[in-house]
Amino acid sequence: MTVLDTASSGASTRQAPSHSVTFGMTLVDIGGITRRNLLRILRTPRLLVFSSIQPIMFVLLFRYVFAGAIKVPNGLYVDYLMPGIFVQTALFGGASTAVGLAADLQGGMIDRFRSLPMARSAVLAGRTIADLIRNVVVLVLMVAVGVLVGFRFRASPGSDVAGLALVLLFGYAFSWVFVTTGLLVKDPETAQVAGFLPLFPLVFASSAFVPVSTMPGWLQAFANVQPVSVTVDAVRGLLSGGAVEHWLWQSISWGVGIFLVFAILSVRQYRRL
Amino acid sequence: MPETMIEAESITKAFGSTLALRSVDLKVEAGTVLGLLGPNGAGKTTLVRILTTLLKPDSGRATVAGYDVIHDAVTVRAMIGLAGQFAAVDDLLTGRENLELVGLLYHLGSKERKLRADEVLERLSLTDAADRLVKTYSGGMRRRLDLGASLVGHPRILILDEPTTGLDPATRIDLWQFIEALVADGTTLLLTTQYLEEADRLANRIVVIDHGQVIAEGTANELKDQLGGNVLEVTITDQDQLEKAAAVLADLGHGPPSYDRAGGLITLATDGKAEMLLEAARRLEENGIALDDIGLRRPSLDDVFLALTGKPTEDLPGTADTRQRLDPSGVL
Repeated sequence: MTVLDTASSGASTRQAPSHSVTFGMTLVDIGGITRRNLLRILRTPRLLVFSSIQPIMFVLLFRYVFAGAIKVPNGLYVDYLMPGIFVQTALFGGASTAVGLAADLQGGMIDRFRSLPMARSAVLAGRTIADLIRNVVVLVLMVAVGVLVGFRFRASPGSDVAGLALVLLFGYAFSWVFVTTGLLVKDPETAQVAGFLPLFPLVFASSAFVPVSTMPGWLQAFANVQPVSVTVDAVRGLLSGGAVEHWLWQSISWGVGIFLVFAILSVRQYRRL
Repeated sequence: MPETMIEAESITKAFGSTLALRSVDLKVEAGTVLGLLGPNGAGKTTLVRILTTLLKPDSGRATVAGYDVIHDAVTVRAMIGLAGQFAAVDDLLTGRENLELVGLLYHLGSKERKLRADEVLERLSLTDAADRLVKTYSGGMRRRLDLGASLVGHPRILILDEPTTGLDPATRIDLWQFIEALVADGTTLLLTTQYLEEADRLANRIVVIDHGQVIAEGTANELKDQLGGNVLEVTITDQDQLEKAAAVLADLGHGPPSYDRAGGLITLATDGKAEMLLEAARRLEENGIALDDIGLRRPSLDDVFLALTGKPTEDLPGTADTRQRLDPSGVL
């Protein structure tokens, strides 16, 4: 007795499936889920406000409390700091991806979606795209805060835009780590905590806030090569007009790798929920 | 021969070392209602999740409208409507937005989507609340919207997993009426419930499931006949004499009597002959036990369930014909 046994004793088993999800339908499904999640973000404005306060406090903390104690190789600390803040903000924003998915799982929304003849990837893609769009808004806010505390774009407009785009794309790739987390832990409170765990070593043992050369040797070995450092260095180069090629290439490789691995893992997890 | 809309053959499913379903067979004919009845943890939801393509069985096979739930999963999904145990609707969308989203995911065109949402809202008496956020809805309204969401795709087959659990009696009866109207339109329905009254009212056929196994099936009347005869019900005046009265009557029945202290009520499955009733009355009188009431009645599904599983089903809170139990908690 096996599930592959197609010999039918009662009802007729029809030969060819008459329904399948086409590429066009997949896009429609992703659009519908993205819109639903954006409406949710718009209708909880307080959440958006409070989740923006945390990165602003980080800016104030590092710009005015720690800045005097941190020496950077050349230029102003505020110009060193803000690319790190941008990347940190984009990454931390991903925690809401994990929380949102876990809440949908717990409340039965995911069961409903999985019982509909829709593309299975759409629930996850629609979630991450909505969170990417929210990240655009938060990034614009952080740029404004940066300019207020003395940060200046020092490269060509094209290079500046490329730097901010890299922040968003790296954040998007990393949001798939949160998708996987949310689907694995299945409850919003745990997802909130679990989502941040990998972020702390990656964000703080990196070149985001202090030069890596000031860290102990063993930590430098990690901090020099890990994805957040190379991305922050690439963004810093793009926004200041300095050299970026080496970091940019590494950052894009990390981003593509993280995206592929975690998108595959999370879609597989979603199928077998 | 009537068309079989849902068929499960030898479905087995384990979670770790727990066997949730053991070789379950099930059949639902077109246009009929099957009530899947069982206590919490019996395996009802696991079976529903397999039939709705959410979960793969370890072995066995299942078809819905003739399509295999594993190999033709997308086709199955296009044919069914599912309303699960949770009201799976989005709090931060309006009722209409929820239904239009589901319509979009069924790939209805934009005009059809709006039209269908209006129809469903109308049908479930939610038109006035259509443009309010769902978080402002009452529990009953959320359940109605959830049921509505399962109707958006014009399903031929509706699968409802405990649709009225946790609802107050008035809301429950409302929902029953909606469900009856759907069935009258020819929808095939599989309904899980832990309430006998619900199965009795809505289902043509009932499958009783316990510990992952089908332990009985048939129409409500067939199940009641399985018990044979009638049920003797005695209400005594002095509740302190309950044990004594039960002991006096014990050998008149098929099994041990069950009694309910608060109501002074003793229930006993018997062969149902009039002589037995007279004998019972004589014995109680001889022992000086005063009666408020004595009589024979048809067995209820409750009695069937008790006889089959050795445990009572959940009582419906606030409905008139259910007996008061020593512990009436656990439903709400």
